[in-house]
Amino acid sequence: MSVEPNVDTAPAVSDEVRQTTCYMCACRCGINVHMRDGKIRYIEGNRDHPVNKGVLCAKGSAGIMQHYSPARLQSPMKRVGPRGSGQFEPISWEEALQTAVDWLAPIRKDDPKKLAFFTGRAQSQALPGWWAQQFGTPNFAAHGGFCSVNMAAGGIYTLGGAFWEFGSPDWDLTELFVLFGVAEDHDSNPIKMGLGKLKTRGGRVISVNPVQTGYAAISDDWYGVTPGTDGLLILSLVRELMQAGKIDIDYLVRYTNAPWLVIRNPGAANDGLFLRDDDGTPQVIDRATGKPAPHSDASVKPALQGEVKVKGGGVAVPAFMLMADSYLIDDYAPETVASKVGISAARIRQLAADLAEAAFASEVVIDQPWTDWKGEKHDKMIGRPVSMHAMRGISAHSNGFQTCRALHMLQLLLGSVEAPGGFRFKPPYPKPPHAHPKPAGRPDQVAPETPLGGAPLGYVLGPEDLIIDADGSPQRIDKAYSWDAPMSAHGMMHMVISNAVAGDPYPVDVLFMYMANMAWNSSMNTRGVMEMLTETDPETGEYKIPKLIYSDAYSSEMVAYADLVLPDTTYLERHDAISLLDRPICEADAVADAIRWPVVEPDRDVRGFQSVLLDLGARLGLPGMVNDDGSAKFKDYGDYIVNHQRKPGIGPLAGFRGEGGGAEGRGEPNPGQLDAYIENGSFWHAEIPAEARYFKQANAAYQDFAVEMGFYDAPQPYAFQIYSEVLQKFRLAAEGHGDIQPPDHHRERIARCFTPLPSWYAPFEGDSVNEEAFPLHALTQRPMAMYHSWGSQNAWLRQIHGHNPMFVSEALAKEHDLSEGDWIWVTSHHGRIRVPVSVMAGVNDRTIWTWNAIGKRKGAWQLDPDAPEAKKGFLLNHLIHELLPPKDDGMRWANSDPVTGQAAWFDLRVKIEKAGADEPAESAPQFDPLPRMNGKGAAPKVVRYGIEWTKQGKGDAS
Amino acid sequence: MTMLPEPSAIKLGLVIDLDICVGCQACVVNCKEWNTAGYGAPLADEDAYGAAPTGAWLNRVHAYEVSEGAGEAQISRTVHFPKSCLHCEEAPCVTVCPTGASFKRAEDGIVLVNEDWCIGCGLCAWSCPYGARELDPAEGVMKKCTLCVDRIYNDNLPEEDRQPACVRTCPTNARHFGDLGDPNSEVSLMVAARGGVDLMPEQDTRPVNKYLPPRPRRAADEAPMSLVAMAEAETPKGFWKWVDTALERMG
Repeated sequence: MSVEPNVDTAPAVSDEVRQTTCYMCACRCGINVHMRDGKIRYIEGNRDHPVNKGVLCAKGSAGIMQHYSPARLQSPMKRVGPRGSGQFEPISWEEALQTAVDWLAPIRKDDPKKLAFFTGRAQSQALPGWWAQQFGTPNFAAHGGFCSVNMAAGGIYTLGGAFWEFGSPDWDLTELFVLFGVAEDHDSNPIKMGLGKLKTRGGRVISVNPVQTGYAAISDDWYGVTPGTDGLLILSLVRELMQAGKIDIDYLVRYTNAPWLVIRNPGAANDGLFLRDDDGTPQVIDRATGKPAPHSDASVKPALQGEVKVKGGGVAVPAFMLMADSYLIDDYAPETVASKVGISAARIRQLAADLAEAAFASEVVIDQPWTDWKGEKHDKMIGRPVSMHAMRGISAHSNGFQTCRALHMLQLLLGSVEAPGGFRFKPPYPKPPHAHPKPAGRPDQVAPETPLGGAPLGYVLGPEDLIIDADGSPQRIDKAYSWDAPMSAHGMMHMVISNAVAGDPYPVDVLFMYMANMAWNSSMNTRGVMEMLTETDPETGEYKIPKLIYSDAYSSEMVAYADLVLPDTTYLERHDAISLLDRPICEADAVADAIRWPVVEPDRDVRGFQSVLLDLGARLGLPGMVNDDGSAKFKDYGDYIVNHQRKPGIGPLAGFRGEGGGAEGRGEPNPGQLDAYIENGSFWHAEIPAEARYFKQANAAYQDFAVEMGFYDAPQPYAFQIYSEVLQKFRLAAEGHGDIQPPDHHRERIARCFTPLPSWYAPFEGDSVNEEAFPLHALTQRPMAMYHSWGSQNAWLRQIHGHNPMFVSEALAKEHDLSEGDWIWVTSHHGRIRVPVSVMAGVNDRTIWTWNAIGKRKGAWQLDPDAPEAKKGFLLNHLIHELLPPKDDGMRWANSDPVTGQAAWFDLRVKIEKAGADEPAESAPQFDPLPRMNGKGAAPKVVRYGIEWTKQGKGDAS
Repeated sequence: MTMLPEPSAIKLGLVIDLDICVGCQACVVNCKEWNTAGYGAPLADEDAYGAAPTGAWLNRVHAYEVSEGAGEAQISRTVHFPKSCLHCEEAPCVTVCPTGASFKRAEDGIVLVNEDWCIGCGLCAWSCPYGARELDPAEGVMKKCTLCVDRIYNDNLPEEDRQPACVRTCPTNARHFGDLGDPNSEVSLMVAARGGVDLMPEQDTRPVNKYLPPRPRRAADEAPMSLVAMAEAETPKGFWKWVDTALERMG
């Protein structure tokens, strides 16, 4: 017999549990941080938290390694070698802040536009956006333009809300979930939890994705669509469903603008606009009278076909007739589209039949009376159990905006948005585009020493809202809201550096960035961007971008290009507001927001970026950041979170407001607010009343609740916009109507791409290169365990994804005689990379793909220069240019969606060839290794985390 | 050679649902995080920031592609397969241990290593058909899943948290913990309902942990009838006629 030793089954776990919010990705889960002897013992999910309900992913569980990473910056630094060399000298915060003020104050006095301020992957944009506004520069955005703005703008302009983390399938009631493209990023734990719940109940998951990985691995059916053709597939489904009468007419009439009358008056300035009465209310045909009547009149029974004459010429017909004309055509027949989308006609019909059956075989009924905005009372809430989700997979294409719109139209035709069993919004959505602010930055809104005349980002409703001058020239450094990309709701961070270096539309004095790895994986054309950052003016010898301030917590590739480095804290050392003013953590049934607070004090000379921003603002005397006597208004970010008011009673946090902390939504600042949050697990949440939980855009009780909570000041009920008048206004301008018209070279493209009904056109890159020369599509996806670039330094996560092979299909492997571990050259119109290969079955035959942002530059992130991330890892970014190849006329168009400016990095076309047997087994290109930039010695060779609490560590300090 | 105890009535183990495991690695990392400061020596990471990082892990998720058929009829799927010690009833890793360090608890069947006695010879890892043991690169002792023996009975933790870290953290709820010796336990019922399987039964190790296989794909005849058939069954001839009927139904 063996002898059983005594096992201590009940050891002490921790001295204290501190609850805060995770920041290992964009999910914002609640975490319990177990503290022992002042160190972090263990991080687990918070069971009470509305987002993750106790679970925690691999990234969150690796937070300890992130927090104690050897790549953490130690103190402010100034550049002492040439830019890009990574040579720095530590300086004091006083010197760092004074330097920044010396650079920024003259700009504000002279021309605030000369500051370009972009915040990359920061989760909260409410403070930095306001800071930019108070400084007076329109040149502010985060990285949405690079990420998934098509999904955001497509959603807002169609539904008044987007997928991202701003809505979710009705996981408890849905029966069929269709997932388009890669989506393992935003809302990651809730989607995983939902998938498990749905499949355990016996529901089905269908994946439409060129690659069968990620969540597609557990799908019940997989459609390996050809990249960039999702829109075509969706319109084919729309045709099939409409033709078979498998659409929800009742829903379309009640909740969408399908019955609204659209003027048909070709060549006239009102062609394609809604027929409106004198009050501006869109009209429908009343079936009782055959005459136009306001859509908002509860007594009117709208028709879906018919025609009325329009005074002054032309006729008006319901938008639904235009839909029938547009989609019930052979162009979208499954047989017609099959070869392009890479799916047979029979399989397309199967998908349509699956959608139809799931939506119409049975209704989802909730026994809950409610009243709609027109006053009509409903006994029950009735919905259809089909839900969908998509992110960058369909949006990072030059046709992505229209594809996102098409997907939302498909949801609406099935009657499954904001209805039980379908896709549901999380507050403060739904919120239509006209309830959002418009962007500010026109010449009359920018002046020295004056705040910008509004927030720099917003939603335009027509050409009159563009940020251009009288000549039609762009006014923002990224050319957002110009004719290049009129509806670029998230800005275009990916164009900032190339535009600034080209001095087009103008040069800048200071580029100020936060958490934006532009010198590596957050840029297209990475080598080019690295060169631009070091490019000098031959006459003056000065850098084309004269001053570059960068804030990051870690020694990322971008740090090497900064002139002044402001070191940020880790996520466990800082205050944060996950706010209803920008990106809260609400659920479909509850309003919620959250905080972070310093559960550990920094052991280095670092400060939270937002506190630094407020300090800088005070030193610059920015309105709202100083008291009347010129002193700083806020001690730090925590103070701001509590005491800042965007308007009376509305601040960054909605919970525990007012005297005693009893107010929700609106209320005076409460000095005890942060303590109340901490006491409550660092979040606040309030249930939406049962009668207000569905049909929120049309639900009277929800509209009242939204006003009470401060989402808007008056009810904003609206109809979903299948037909977009906003798009048509831009098209009319392109056709020559109105005072504000695009330059001639833009007209054809706008007329073609800004169709008011969702449409599909071939992705631009494929259209502009010889498809025979570049026959393959190349994509990146992100692994669930490491979707943020800063995971590569993580001692635990890098053992899971230490390098990224290029995955090729079995057919391609056969064609090119490739087997596991071989190396290939991948070539695009722009560049060439050498990469290792892996063979898989579950990938579209004409597509190759890899994991994104695993590859690192040698020496960055405090990794050994021989790390696999650098030697075998690689970036696809080297193959992608921010511009398309020159056209016949010599012009180079942006490699972006023409509507929103979304970077079209999934349009990439490539060819492959096997690397020579004599070539080194190392990825190419390689760059000079970066030196250690964080003022620390080499990273430890061995990590034995937690040793002090084990027998090995007792009395042994190693 | 070390003897196994008499089979215990309580057989604690895991049930893992391969139908819903998305391969997110949450269980892998949370396990590491809990156990590096838990039972025995820390789980070391050698060359942690270097060219060949290698650490000790008690749980890993492997991915396998399974495909059958060809062309459009080809069905391929990725199966994510979490793997840790299965706490076998006939544990060869115990009987092979020359020092008695490897042992199976008589009271609940958990297989553990008494690190004080472990000489790091590696025989147990060699004998385990599942590759579920890893030698700690720094301490030189054998590491393996403890079923979080320092959590499941730990009254310093709230009762609901007394389960293995991997189970508590799993986002898809693919991992379940319980007594597989009790035929009426939730985990046993789940195994019975879903046809849970032993891993490599031919090895006669009689693992306690069970895997729930991916649910079968829908058979061709279970697919919904075609849209054409649906339309013919319910739709008046002609699109607009159908629209009118639908509008009339609204009243």
